[in-house]
Amino acid sequence: MSGVRVLVGTRKGAFILTSDGKRERWDVSGPHFAGWELYHLKGSAADPNRLYASQSSGWFGQQIQRSNDGGKTWEPVGNKFAYDGVPGTHQWYDGTPHPWEFKRVWHLEPSLTDPDTVYAGVEDAALFRSTDGGGTWQELPGLRGVKGHHWQPGAGGMGLHTIVLDPSHPERIFIAISAAGVFRSDDAGQTWRPMNRGLKSPYELPDPDAEVGHCVHRIAMHPSRPNVLFMQKHWDVMRSDDAAESWHEVSGNLPTDFGFPIDVHAHQPDTIYVVPIKSDSEHYPPDGKLRVYRSRTGGNEWEALTNGLPQRDCYVNVLRDAMAVDSLDPCGLYFGTTGGQVYASADAGDRWAPIVRDLPAVLSVEVQTLL
Amino acid sequence: MIRIVLPAHLRTLARVDGEVTLHIEGPVTQRSVLDALEDRYPMLRGTIRDQVTLRRRPFVRFFACKQDLSHEPPDAPLPDAVATGVEPFLIVGAMAGG
Repeated sequence: MSGVRVLVGTRKGAFILTSDGKRERWDVSGPHFAGWELYHLKGSAADPNRLYASQSSGWFGQQIQRSNDGGKTWEPVGNKFAYDGVPGTHQWYDGTPHPWEFKRVWHLEPSLTDPDTVYAGVEDAALFRSTDGGGTWQELPGLRGVKGHHWQPGAGGMGLHTIVLDPSHPERIFIAISAAGVFRSDDAGQTWRPMNRGLKSPYELPDPDAEVGHCVHRIAMHPSRPNVLFMQKHWDVMRSDDAAESWHEVSGNLPTDFGFPIDVHAHQPDTIYVVPIKSDSEHYPPDGKLRVYRSRTGGNEWEALTNGLPQRDCYVNVLRDAMAVDSLDPCGLYFGTTGGQVYASADAGDRWAPIVRDLPAVLSVEVQTLL
Repeated sequence: MIRIVLPAHLRTLARVDGEVTLHIEGPVTQRSVLDALEDRYPMLRGTIRDQVTLRRRPFVRFFACKQDLSHEPPDAPLPDAVATGVEPFLIVGAMAGG
């Protein structure tokens, strides 16, 4: 019997929501790690019982938790994230050099093939890798060598928040950093190139050809078509058809092209989803209406999905890691809000219903399809 | 025997109830106590002091014998009452936020 397991990270713990393939009735487990911030949880594609979780606290720092039984039990594993060599400096908000300082893990991305290999995107921005199930972590320092001294934090901190592994090129990795941009490695993380051609950030960067400094919020890929990438930038929804060598705008008829998450339908590589947010200073949906927008044409032409979502007086946000798709048919779509709701659609976005309404602010949502 | 009181979140993380007791050879200092604590409970590494610099985390405090010892040098001897187990060494999550 197929089913889904939704992994929800919140400001005050983790929750695991499970259902059968109908996705109508849900069991809610949690809070796990009560009182801690769970920036992200994700399961291994190679072993769905292997989960990783980023647990952090302003008091007690960073923990990495690992489960070998689908989240029933957890064990703390390695939490030493030491930058390689002398860390050096990046730019601070006032333009002065500022030492690189580890703050937290924003995103964990398990290898597509090895349950013991997992990548961690951290703040201050860097990429770490573990090949022993999270026991020890090594930085891939070549990334910070790509003009890292020019990188500058966005308002939310300088986090490496997106890690996309290319299933057809095992050595190719895309990452994104706020506010540095997209970078790609073709040699398993040893060397990197900035991949920001075509991005326009006139309010943040006076140089229209700036190689780094773009505030990329999220990128997404369909595994069957890895050269096509979609991006939700600080402003603008963008698309690349050449593995991020160049980008063009596909915001089209969106009511606003500011937002955080972006995701791709599991079976239709040209069907993509965003959640428009009013502006960079007003992090809530336009007109108090929570609407997911779907494009079936790979961008430019968008339709509002509203059935089951609040259409008045709604002023929540949906954060960059808080949307996910399952791979059942029809494709399921999930997102969590800063108001603590987790919404699910079992029909690719046509109809929505809340799984839970009153969790702490949701930081991340991932889903595992269990066959 | 040294008695240590951990804050609730670290008791949960270390899976202990109540006080932790440690035996320490040699001088009883913040550093020797924390070294022994982290040896016994490796999951506490990085939660009380930074793993690289070994500096106390900003929102962690050390209290004992009704004194705030947070700003004492890490190699300064702790009070005799702590070294002899009469008084516990308290590791406290500081008030922070509003």
